[in-house]
Amino acid sequence: MTMSPSKTFAAMRSARPGLAVSLSLLALTVVILMAIFGPLVLGSGNGLNPLMRLKPPSALAWFGTDNLGRDVFVRTISGARNSVMVGLSTAVVVLLIGGTLGVLAGYFKWVDRIVMRFADGLMAIPGILLAIALVSVLGGGLITIIIAISVPEIPRTARLMRSVVLSIRELPFITAAVSVGSSTPKILLRHVVPNAIGMLSVQATYVCAAAILSEAALSFLGVGTPPDVPSWGNVIASGKEYFRLAPWIIAFPGVILSIMVLSINIIGDRLRDRFDPRLAARKAS
Amino acid sequence: MSNFVVRRLLSVIPIALIVLVTVFLLLHIGPGDPAALIAGENATPAQIDQIRERLFLDRPLLEQLFLYLSHVVQLDLGQSVYSGLPVLSLIAQRIEPTAVLAVSTLILSVLIAVPMGVWAAWRAGSTIDTALIVASVLGFSVPVFVIGYVLVDIFALRAGWLPVQGYKPLSSGLWNCLRSIILPSVTLSFLFSALVARITRATMIEVLAEDYIRTARAKGAGNRRILVVHALKNIGVPVVTVVGTSFAALLGGVVITESVFNIPGMGRLTVDAILTRDYPVVQGVLIVFSFVLITVNLLVDLSYALFDPRVRQ
Repeated sequence: MTMSPSKTFAAMRSARPGLAVSLSLLALTVVILMAIFGPLVLGSGNGLNPLMRLKPPSALAWFGTDNLGRDVFVRTISGARNSVMVGLSTAVVVLLIGGTLGVLAGYFKWVDRIVMRFADGLMAIPGILLAIALVSVLGGGLITIIIAISVPEIPRTARLMRSVVLSIRELPFITAAVSVGSSTPKILLRHVVPNAIGMLSVQATYVCAAAILSEAALSFLGVGTPPDVPSWGNVIASGKEYFRLAPWIIAFPGVILSIMVLSINIIGDRLRDRFDPRLAARKAS
Repeated sequence: MSNFVVRRLLSVIPIALIVLVTVFLLLHIGPGDPAALIAGENATPAQIDQIRERLFLDRPLLEQLFLYLSHVVQLDLGQSVYSGLPVLSLIAQRIEPTAVLAVSTLILSVLIAVPMGVWAAWRAGSTIDTALIVASVLGFSVPVFVIGYVLVDIFALRAGWLPVQGYKPLSSGLWNCLRSIILPSVTLSFLFSALVARITRATMIEVLAEDYIRTARAKGAGNRRILVVHALKNIGVPVVTVVGTSFAALLGGVVITESVFNIPGMGRLTVDAILTRDYPVVQGVLIVFSFVLITVNLLVDLSYALFDPRVRQ
């Protein structure tokens, strides 16, 4: 997304340099460690315990229990694994496909015409609705969710990469490479792509954050990951009917999900300040 | 000017066509027979055949596409497999809550976000500015449903000021309707005003650094005059643009918000249709939402001519 403004968090950083970013990195590390080792230590949290239904947080169950007596803390920890996996996989899929299409569209005019037309069309369908429809047609499961969330994100990334490449191809070193007779694939791989990597990494963070939110939204609506595969979205969804009686089922995973997305966005903004060519130009002038 | 308008109007055609083809193909990209997919797991072969015939699924793919497009052009979005009612009338029954929610969110967000963005830019680097930046990053990091439940807990369950869930139609009186829509639209405004405020602030900072602002100051214009006469005029285009580009996020948010607040709108219709595998309804809703989005973006582009005299030439 290109709508992030210049100098986001600049004010905050000038007050306390790097604090927001350091805290975000710390939060991300904790969540990723949780995602890797949590389920090994605590299990999946799918064990039912009818005697422990809808119990508030206590020393036995830190985040309370849900309507089936499952421990919300354990489910939140094991949900981290699926949510993080969906976020990272979507970022990889979107960057590979969207990034490639964007680079080609930015460099070859005829590709541009075709790709951007399709991008316009796909972007005219609200992303979350397209994802819902795709899940319903392709069937549940993690892979399907990743595909369904990726499809609406691909045109956005392609569009961004196209604009980055359009500005790179006008630079003198590309003209120089062309004039010494470098082949087009070589120019693309050696000169264009490396210079676009910065913005691509910024986009990766935003796609990852958006994917984690989309997965949660899909699961919340009941069309996401299957109920026996805990993710933050479906742990929250399981508390939907009981939120007057047991608000903790929604509150704890909701807070952790928000902190995770917030951290990724803050890191993305920081990367953006570093890599956005428009910002660099403004600083130089 | 008329040239610009005509060109922009014509550009809608290929986009609409791609949307329709994508929505049509949705049914065919899944594994297996689309008729069996719609009929569900417990259907008999006869029922599957019946659906195949009714939805023209026994014809060649291109013919199906042509039939589908010609029906859509005549405003026939097919019939619900589940209830047998025309999809368009199902959508018409559900459109009011969705439209009320979307419009009230839009108004609320612009009323909050534009002044906040301008204020933050005017006082760039101050505590107000920092607070706005933090609030806006929070606004699009916290999921809509989490914000929704927090607000319900505070204002409906604890304070008892507003209804917990549900929707009162406009026909039950404007006040009743507004009361039922306050919490949902405030919830959704968090996301939307975060986007609008960020862009307003960034644009305003750029505008305030322009030469003509310095000239105005040099002429001795007061702060108010600089803001209202010179600066605000020039943030129209970017602000309207961000309203347009983030309208898709707004529509997505509407679907989720309706689920949180149990509002019987188009979002609920979509989710219910998916759970009952009522694909003609799913396709119909996708088409209607997409056409709303295309129209909004068309209006946004046409409004440039209003804000920016250079476009008119």
